[in-house]
Amino acid sequence: MDGVRFTLNGAAVTVTDATPQTTLLDWLRQSAHLTGTKEGCAEGDCGACTVALLDTEAPGGPTWRAINSCLVLLPQLHGQSIVTVEGLSGRREPLHPAQQIMVDKLGSQCGYCTPGVVMSLFEATYRKDLGRPWQLDDQLSGNLCRCTGYRPIREAAEAVAGTAPADGFARALQADASALPALRWVHDGAEAHVPTDFDHLFEVLAKHPDARLVAGATDVGLDVTKKGARFACMVSLHALPLRGIVRTAEGGWRIGATTRLSDLELAVQDDLPALARMLRFFGSRQIKNRGTVGGNLCNASPIGDLAPVLLALDATLVLRSAAGERRVGIDDFFLAYRKTALGVGEILAAVEIPPVPADARLSAYKVSKRREMDISAVACGLLVRVGADGLITHARFGFGGMAATPARAAAAEAAVIGQPFSAGTFAAAADASRQDFNPLSDHRGSAWYRATVASNLLKGFFHEVHSEAAPALADRPSGTLLTPSPATPHAEAAR
Amino acid sequence: MSGAPKPSPLHRSTEHESAVQHVTGRAMYTDDLAGPTGTLHAVPVVSPHAHARIVGRHKAKALALPGVVAVLFADSIPGHGDIGPIVQDEPLLARDEVFCVGHPVAVVLGETLEAARTGAAAVQVDYEPLPARLTIDAAIEAGTFHGKPHVIQRGDRDAAWARAAHTVEGEVRSPAQDHFYLETHASLVVPEDGGTWKVTCSTQHPSEVQREVASVLGVGAHRVVCEVPRMGGGFGGKESQSTPWACLAALGAWHTGRAVKIRLDRAQDMGWTGKRHPFLGRYKAGFDAQGVLLVFEAELFSNGGWSHDLSLPVLDRALFHLDNACYVPALRFEGRACNTHLPSNTAFRGFGGPQGILVIEDALNRLAERLGWDPAELRARNFYGDAPRDRTPYGQAVPAPRLLRTWDLLRASSEYAARRAAIEAFNASSPFVKRGIGVQFVKFGISFTKAVLNQAGALVLVYSDGTVQLNHGGTEMGQGLHTKMLTVCAHELGVPKDRVRVMTTATDKVPNTSATAASSGSDLNGAAVRDACVAVRERMKLVAAELLGAPGPDSVRFQDGRVFVEGAQEHCVDFAQVALECWLRQISLSATGFYRTPGIAYDEAKGQGTPFYYFAYGASVLEVELNGLTGEHRLLRADILHDVGDSLIPSIDRGQVEGAFLQGYGWLTCEECLWDADGRATTVGPSTYKVPAVGEAPLDFRVELLPEAAQEGVIHGSKAVGEPPFIHGIAAITALRHAIQGFGEGEVTLELPASPEHLLRAIEAQRGD
Repeated sequence: MDGVRFTLNGAAVTVTDATPQTTLLDWLRQSAHLTGTKEGCAEGDCGACTVALLDTEAPGGPTWRAINSCLVLLPQLHGQSIVTVEGLSGRREPLHPAQQIMVDKLGSQCGYCTPGVVMSLFEATYRKDLGRPWQLDDQLSGNLCRCTGYRPIREAAEAVAGTAPADGFARALQADASALPALRWVHDGAEAHVPTDFDHLFEVLAKHPDARLVAGATDVGLDVTKKGARFACMVSLHALPLRGIVRTAEGGWRIGATTRLSDLELAVQDDLPALARMLRFFGSRQIKNRGTVGGNLCNASPIGDLAPVLLALDATLVLRSAAGERRVGIDDFFLAYRKTALGVGEILAAVEIPPVPADARLSAYKVSKRREMDISAVACGLLVRVGADGLITHARFGFGGMAATPARAAAAEAAVIGQPFSAGTFAAAADASRQDFNPLSDHRGSAWYRATVASNLLKGFFHEVHSEAAPALADRPSGTLLTPSPATPHAEAAR
Repeated sequence: MSGAPKPSPLHRSTEHESAVQHVTGRAMYTDDLAGPTGTLHAVPVVSPHAHARIVGRHKAKALALPGVVAVLFADSIPGHGDIGPIVQDEPLLARDEVFCVGHPVAVVLGETLEAARTGAAAVQVDYEPLPARLTIDAAIEAGTFHGKPHVIQRGDRDAAWARAAHTVEGEVRSPAQDHFYLETHASLVVPEDGGTWKVTCSTQHPSEVQREVASVLGVGAHRVVCEVPRMGGGFGGKESQSTPWACLAALGAWHTGRAVKIRLDRAQDMGWTGKRHPFLGRYKAGFDAQGVLLVFEAELFSNGGWSHDLSLPVLDRALFHLDNACYVPALRFEGRACNTHLPSNTAFRGFGGPQGILVIEDALNRLAERLGWDPAELRARNFYGDAPRDRTPYGQAVPAPRLLRTWDLLRASSEYAARRAAIEAFNASSPFVKRGIGVQFVKFGISFTKAVLNQAGALVLVYSDGTVQLNHGGTEMGQGLHTKMLTVCAHELGVPKDRVRVMTTATDKVPNTSATAASSGSDLNGAAVRDACVAVRERMKLVAAELLGAPGPDSVRFQDGRVFVEGAQEHCVDFAQVALECWLRQISLSATGFYRTPGIAYDEAKGQGTPFYYFAYGASVLEVELNGLTGEHRLLRADILHDVGDSLIPSIDRGQVEGAFLQGYGWLTCEECLWDADGRATTVGPSTYKVPAVGEAPLDFRVELLPEAAQEGVIHGSKAVGEPPFIHGIAAITALRHAIQGFGEGEVTLELPASPEHLLRAIEAQRGD
């Protein structure tokens, strides 16, 4: 059978002699002998392995995306184009601006995180949407550096962001994407498929009901690198027409299941800031560039950060199988720990978010040990509607991290319905929320901490939204704190 | 050659000497080396128990797997089976008993990494679990310690207590910290001709790796060469703890005759190797009515883990830093290192110093909180001063004016007083969010406290084309040592930096080196490099004087690749021409250099002496904002003024200060090492162990180096920089405690690290909830 075909640093590559769950990182270092890309953790949490992917389907047009190569499985590369740090400049060429600025700013000390930092800066160099001050932190949040204290790296990012030199990498963004045929690859008894149409997908699913569906692999990749998972059959969904965001006529959204989280973050920035804020703190740039809306939901993790907000927004999930489509409300989607309403042979095709009513007060919060690139201790999406009489008519409080599934806080909701929109009402809701959940203690937080924070966030919600309806991201925001940074000469000069 | 020669590169900012390799991915680290054809991969089999008796070990199943070449147990060691940096008390492979989770029991060699991993999983070891001590408290109760108590005392404490107007008594528990160098432990051992071994290792201490590999293989050190290309971070974690993994690879190479590579993955590295020692400090402090310290009594207990490793010198340094910047007239400090069943805790930037300092800072913070005083003012009242207030607890003199000058400058530039007042006003009007400001002073002793280690060597080779190879005993882990050494060499030989190549650190170039540790790298090696360069230069001067027709060698100058008579720069010859002429005249163009630090001596039995060559100073002011609903916080602004003497390279030193500060901040806030009840680390990757990310760095980050600060007797007036600025991170605790006081007055109780959860508990306690 044929193998995985992709472009690496401008040259065509076909891989036939590797197991399908081989990660791009391992393949680069061991088979391609490109050791510039480093392994710091093999769990997508340090960024030393960052490479760039030419994303031809990004909503704003083709763009370079920084991704974690430790969480890319070879079949996901089929038809894609990758650039590694070695591809940025030849030995006789000047350094790429993303490299030169790191030299000039003394952005490297031990140098081990540096190739990954350079690739994040490489993405920033060609990004057109880096206009907001906090976005530089977001761009760099997936690259841990243990040496520098980040100041020079942040200065490097400020210097190159959006400069988009008219070079070969910019020209590559203009080139027509040539679609590859679907992949059916068998190696050593393991199958890997990259279907380009649903017939192929459902045919595979009929034959292999336990096939592992892979969208962004930001979670599946961990099964491979940390638990040694081996899949008899893997299906990468990246070539199916499942990606994209459409505004509905009513003012809602329909979001394709393989829409990248970074796509969604950009799309809802102005019109759905609560969701945008959750996405800001969702994960690193690299993770958001690969992780998908569908993956985050189908994973059914109790600490997936989209579900609490989508619970608050009363989203509907569109499920698709060979038999056609059906719709399931998000309240009915999560059945148990990591178990969803998806049937055998069925996939999540899209998420529909209804328009946010004009009388809604909405916010979302994420609390974790570290502000960026961390998993929630508690996350929530909170929505109430307030009638003309000042009484609350509807409430949807979605929480993550509090139970075996993402879940609504029924008692807290009941405590506010029919009550005035007031601090007292939310104090009562905060008390009531303690009946809603019996959270776990783990390394992210004790049961006491989770219950207390969940309760406090209900109080903070009122405090935040009673004066202004839509929270916006401040200069240096946290997931919950919205006091603006004090203006300082340094910070102003830096902008 | 026209125009004036360029000035010396000393004391000028420059890029890291490997910066271009770093940004292109061409910088080679140990695991990037391919190894010769047939290189095997080694994977250790380790104990899953904190303490157990081994009752059986079985390798047949593993050996039957494809690609598994060998399975080696303790009885396979040809030489000495125990290793250790000071006390050889660590069985490289456990014999009858395992003493911590991660204790190696076997090593499996495979044709591929996958085969070795599969093989390691198939090795069966039968254990009979034994009771395990995991905590300091358990060790105190059981009375199990490493070494003897170390006591430092002076003065009439009873009289001091009788005079004390205020007393503070308490307990500080400082947290562990994982090094989280981005490059995990890695080694490659290649068997070479005639029973010799080349070890490439990511280590701060190649001489120790050489010594221990030789010992394990039962050969002389001359048969082993250890090389260090560069490290992807060390921070102390590769001072002693690279050695066992290098030894396991060497054992594999000895048995198979093939090259062997070993690399711990992140979970192995974090789960099996030691961390910063957690400390328990119990203290009682007595102050006069003005808050001037009269007496301080403290007992320190560190969690040393299962072997000595470096726990005793770490404890010493903690005791030496209990005073921090404060003069204490009467005192008794006692320290003990607890013997527990954890991976042996080890060196980590600061080497116990930060843990000792935390204790006195806690006493000062609590007194200030109790009385409503400014904690900065309270500290300044206790600074070292004129005699007799100039003696450390161990009797060394402290030249006080430099810290005073540092604080005077920073107090003004940070607008400390005005900002503290503004914060009080902000807090009065903000119900959920409070701000706080904290100050931290640094007085950090520089030198290995074991005096013999304060020595270094160098080897300089000048080629007849005028280019230079520089070898020195230090290792490069990102701290910029090679950049500094290259600059010292270029300065002394008067050549442009691009004519000098810093060689891979290797034990066959410079023997018997000390670890690159204790912030001493550039002090010690810099002096040795200068010594070697001067030796070659003086020989070259004689030849140059003749070439130039100079009145004598003393008037010859070397600068920017030119050699000329002082005052006659236009009449010069190229450095290369002088080098070639030396060769033609059969004059040696290479030299070794050597340095030992003078005047260091400490009598541990008496607790008195001069363990340090000098002190490094600094001051910092940090402002934080704390969310009372969740316990989250962020840094708003940091102002740091730090003393690095006359910086050899200001850009490098600034980077060290910034990075050390954030690492110190991480230790006390977001970084939290956790273990389960059976002694298994549960935070073994960045998904669960959170080192500071970009968002933790203060957006307003003002770091300055103390001006006009030449340090006498140190290479070109510079000062050590690696560890001291780590102390600035402690300012976060003082600042957070100030913010917590915004929720209620009085003494704060804050458990460390100050995670959101611990902060929320402190806030709720402060509110009186």
